[in-house]
Amino acid sequence: MNESAESSAQNRLLQRMSHLLQRNWRSLVLFIPFFWLLLFFLAPFFIVLKISLAESIIASPPFTPMIEWVEEGIMHIRVVVDNYAYLWEDDLYAKTYLNSLKISSISTILCLLIGYPMAYAIVRSNHTTKHILLMLVILPFWTSFLLRVYAWMGLLADQGTINNLLIAIGIVDEPIRMLYTPFAVYVGIVYTYVPFMILPLYANMEKLDWTLLEAAADLGAKPMTTFFTVTLPMTLPGIIAGSLLVFIPATGEYVIPDLLGGGNVLMIGRILYNEFNANIDWPVASAVAIALLLLLVLPMMLYQHMQARQVEAE
Amino acid sequence: MSQSADYNDRPWLDPDAEPFIKVQSVSKHFGDFTAVDSVDLEIYKGELFCLLGGSGCGKTTLLRMLAGFETPSSGSIVIDGVNMTDVPPYERPVNMMFQSYALFPHMSVESNVGYGLRRDGIAKSEIDQRVEDMLAMVELTQFRKRKPHQLSGGQKQRVALARALIKQPKMLLLDEPLAALDKRLRVQTQYELMNIQEKLGVTFVVVTHDQEEAMTLSTRIAVMDVGRFQQIGTPTEIYEFPSSRLVATFIGNANMFEGRVIENGTDHVIVESKDPACNFYIDHGMSIVEGSKVWVALRPEKIKITKQSETDSNTNSIKGMVSDIGYLGGTSTYRVLIGDGRIVEITSPNLNRPKDGNPPIDWDEEVYLSWEPSSSVVLTK
Repeated sequence: MNESAESSAQNRLLQRMSHLLQRNWRSLVLFIPFFWLLLFFLAPFFIVLKISLAESIIASPPFTPMIEWVEEGIMHIRVVVDNYAYLWEDDLYAKTYLNSLKISSISTILCLLIGYPMAYAIVRSNHTTKHILLMLVILPFWTSFLLRVYAWMGLLADQGTINNLLIAIGIVDEPIRMLYTPFAVYVGIVYTYVPFMILPLYANMEKLDWTLLEAAADLGAKPMTTFFTVTLPMTLPGIIAGSLLVFIPATGEYVIPDLLGGGNVLMIGRILYNEFNANIDWPVASAVAIALLLLLVLPMMLYQHMQARQVEAE
Repeated sequence: MSQSADYNDRPWLDPDAEPFIKVQSVSKHFGDFTAVDSVDLEIYKGELFCLLGGSGCGKTTLLRMLAGFETPSSGSIVIDGVNMTDVPPYERPVNMMFQSYALFPHMSVESNVGYGLRRDGIAKSEIDQRVEDMLAMVELTQFRKRKPHQLSGGQKQRVALARALIKQPKMLLLDEPLAALDKRLRVQTQYELMNIQEKLGVTFVVVTHDQEEAMTLSTRIAVMDVGRFQQIGTPTEIYEFPSSRLVATFIGNANMFEGRVIENGTDHVIVESKDPACNFYIDHGMSIVEGSKVWVALRPEKIKITKQSETDSNTNSIKGMVSDIGYLGGTSTYRVLIGDGRIVEITSPNLNRPKDGNPPIDWDEEVYLSWEPSSSVVLTK
């Protein structure tokens, strides 16, 4: 009697536990990535935000603390917005932000102009060729990014491969200055980011129903009209995804403008680096980073919005 | 004048009629594969012409060549007196209804329907009017603002039809127009298609693998196999006078007997069959050498099944035993065992209600099969 009551209580407990586990399984699965993001994305963000609201001092760490205990029971909170005001007043920052946006915008358009026909050609090629072409798009990722940028330095330098070749053929008498110009930066960014344009476009076009293009032709649309009335609207989600994947990282790009542009092409990534390392002004550097983040949040939100709309449509 | 009136419904019989579409020795090769093998075809204005065949027979390739999506490897296609062989699809006076309907998913119903007119630079007010008329005809006016994914299969089919018809094409091509619909809707849509075709007088060319669909829809049928036409004719011609064993078995069911011509008179032919041992007396003469090997095709519904023998001779009559009965309500299908192990299929209407629940003919019963001299068809290939 006693024993059976005990075992039934045990059963009940087991049932409840398994029930609880089942119900909370979903939350548990969601919690792990959520915790990851919280720890490694949100926490650093708040640290940077905190530093951006401090003052620079010569100490370690080189900024004033936000919270100080002046005396027993009295807390002193120091929030300085001077750094943001400084970003606003010194037009170097505004200029650099605008220059970054200009370079990343133009690069995105160039990537689109190059990537769209390439993605189209890959999708329309036969099975074997398709896989080879896709492999070729992905292949550069197998070599270190830094190494590939150095390779471009070798190609573009005054005594580099391209200039030597041009002089040898006799097209030019003296080397064309390419390295340490905006041109080199564009070459570097477009070269590096074009796969990020091609891959989402490819994924999008792969799902495209090609009989729609035949239907348009059948109804009297010339190839150009078919492109603008059917192909382009149908591939718009791919264009947006690819453009954001190029635009967002290109705006904050540091290595390419530094190595290929030298001191001649100012981008925000470089300013950030200078403030942190050369000036050791962490608060201003943090303010620069936060401002950059705000600048990029807008296109990211746009992207999210488009994605949600696409999911809704399907 | 009076003569052309005689041929009103059957222009292909009129020796003076000019065909509307002329396909002349057209072939299409894909690498080593020959999809369409030197076919000739003449279709007349206002016809509802069916290309019928199994998958891979070349019917869709032929349709795509009529639309302009494929260029013939050789031969020519003339539509209404103009050579269209190398004209791109967007310049042909021909529209197509796709099997998948191919509705533009990013456009509303009315945008889809008006797409073709917008390409022709027609005034917006006229486009709106014609779209409205067309939507009214296919009874979709209330769905005009919907996107394709918000429509049912039957509604999508009607949008596709409206979109293809709005430019008033000289010829409408339909690729398996009813394949994506369920059976009940298919039958209903079949008649709708016929009504619309009759109302607008547009020449329809339909590709289908469904013989029943082809029989009900068409004025004429072309039966295709391995890139060639096996037979072109009206549904009745194809069913009652198939030109080959392939056509006879593809359209409906046929019992096929192998035999030899033993007598070839002016008004009759007698074919002797060894297995089963019986003679076929056919009441029309034909140009065939006595002794040559032939096949006799006999449709299941043309065989009479009785319990008593009606004749002593073994001409147009065989004895057998019922091995299977399929009761279908209106008709019953009997599978009768004859000779050593051959099965003959007979379809018989159930004219009377069975008394006391006993069927008129039961399983394992001995029966006699007989048929009229006009019922069987002699086939040489």
